[in-house]
Amino acid sequence: MGSKLFSAEAFQLAWEVLKTQIPLAIWETFYMTVLSTALAIVIGLPLGVLLVVGDKNGILPLPKPIMSVLNVIINLLRSVPFLILMIMVFPLSRAIVGTTVGTKAVIVPLVIAAFPFVARLVEGSLREVNPNIIEAAQSMGATPFQIICKVMLPESVPSLISNATIAITTILGYSAMSGIIGGGGLGMIAINYGYYRYKYLTMVVAVILLVIMVQIFQSVGTYLATKSDKRLKK
Amino acid sequence: MIEIKGLSKTFQTADGKVEALSDINLTIEDGDIYGIIGMSGAGKSTLVRCINMLERPTEGTVIIDGTDMTKLSAKQLREKRRSITMIFQQFNLLMQRNCLKNICFPMELEGVKKSEAKKRAKELLEIVGLPDKALSYPAQLSGGQQQRIAIARALATNPKVLLCDEATSALDPNTTHSILELIRDINKKLGITVVVITHQMSVVEDICRSVAILDQGKVVEQGRVSDIFANPQSHAAKKLVFPSGGESVILKKEGERRMRIVFNGSSTASTPLIAQMAAEHGIYANILGASTRSINEQAFGNMLISIKDENSNFDKAMAYLQAQDGIIVEEVTDNGQ
Repeated sequence: MGSKLFSAEAFQLAWEVLKTQIPLAIWETFYMTVLSTALAIVIGLPLGVLLVVGDKNGILPLPKPIMSVLNVIINLLRSVPFLILMIMVFPLSRAIVGTTVGTKAVIVPLVIAAFPFVARLVEGSLREVNPNIIEAAQSMGATPFQIICKVMLPESVPSLISNATIAITTILGYSAMSGIIGGGGLGMIAINYGYYRYKYLTMVVAVILLVIMVQIFQSVGTYLATKSDKRLKK
Repeated sequence: MIEIKGLSKTFQTADGKVEALSDINLTIEDGDIYGIIGMSGAGKSTLVRCINMLERPTEGTVIIDGTDMTKLSAKQLREKRRSITMIFQQFNLLMQRNCLKNICFPMELEGVKKSEAKKRAKELLEIVGLPDKALSYPAQLSGGQQQRIAIARALATNPKVLLCDEATSALDPNTTHSILELIRDINKKLGITVVVITHQMSVVEDICRSVAILDQGKVVEQGRVSDIFANPQSHAAKKLVFPSGGESVILKKEGERRMRIVFNGSSTASTPLIAQMAAEHGIYANILGASTRSINEQAFGNMLISIKDENSNFDKAMAYLQAQDGIIVEEVTDNGQ
């Protein structure tokens, strides 16, 4: 068994994989992560807004049953372990993408796992907005929709960017997990070589690349969040 | 004209009902600078929020220029609010927008063309004295400057009424003075009715013509500022007009009574009252405290004296002083009551 971490054979295999499969895997991971995050934001952002404005002290209070249902759905989806969720949504993946394996198919469970998480993050960001500023906008005759679009969202941009960074790094982690059920990318390489074939060096290479990707996402996110925050201008 | 009639506001809290305001009746004339003063918790902020319906009154009505605010639909209310703008203690500017865009904000809500809004915003920056801050962000400005931007923003929609909710409470005395000056200027030049909510007597002295004193959710006194300063009737008013006015500072001695004399500067300028009282009647008064303040460019003095109560000296002194013109005399018992 080639289980020795630093044998010549292990090096050769790792190098081979690095050359032939890794470039595509990096692309797949990137593509899955970014697309899933984008779709999760498309669904999660309005839900997050709804959670805040529909609150009983919010600017557009919604009937309590609606809010309860919304909260239950979000909590429910958030409490299903991702590994299980991936398998549970197979029928949905098949219906939408036509298959249950591969990079594209995995985007379905990724989005379903991520949008409730994004909704909660958005909720957190919007709750940070100074309520006095919202009151000021009301005193000027702003409609609830204007308050959402011109006050709450723009005022929380730095926080939203920070939270989007948290979301994208978390989804990157999920995307690696999807290697188990045949999702592509670096996760699949790590699992196929490391777990099924005991080629640990190859696995380590894939993991290091995942770490680097997280680092890059995080640095860019932090930079953008800081740069966008006009409160920090001196 | 703003007419507040029989206004009450009750809050439902976890510990039961809290009556923040009860049976408030006020009339604020057009073009006036009207002060609403009270200690923290007196209900001032709730009252001012009832004027533009940020708080719905539990009972009573608010009528502004003939429109009953409590009967307006949400849409009508939003429209009406453009003519009743507000400035705040914490300025409440949009922190992610520069000053120019902050001032444009209310016009944006109204749907004014961008180029027009910009032009108007620049004019307003001139009016508040910050023409060079158009592209600065609020975080880059001092408190006083932020409040000036907030005032410019409040003026953007050509309001008839400006509500100031503790607008100077977060500012130092010099800045407070300059902001009040600006508000007075605006009142004079644009004829905007100003309602000033404050806990600082000095603010009322400085700019208000009329005042209502709020205590525990009730109006305990209202009228011209000069009248109330000259002769405060209620406990709350006395506390505000004569804050710790000597009586609580110096312990009262046995066999001694105190009186407060309030006079306007002109009436006593020619007569040394206390000295005369000593010379003519042999009544010697001990001066515990005295001060002069200028209210609407009129000088008001107040003096707290104590007199030994022998041979009915106190009553004689009272009679003597009451006979003088333009003087109000009253006995002071415990702690300014």
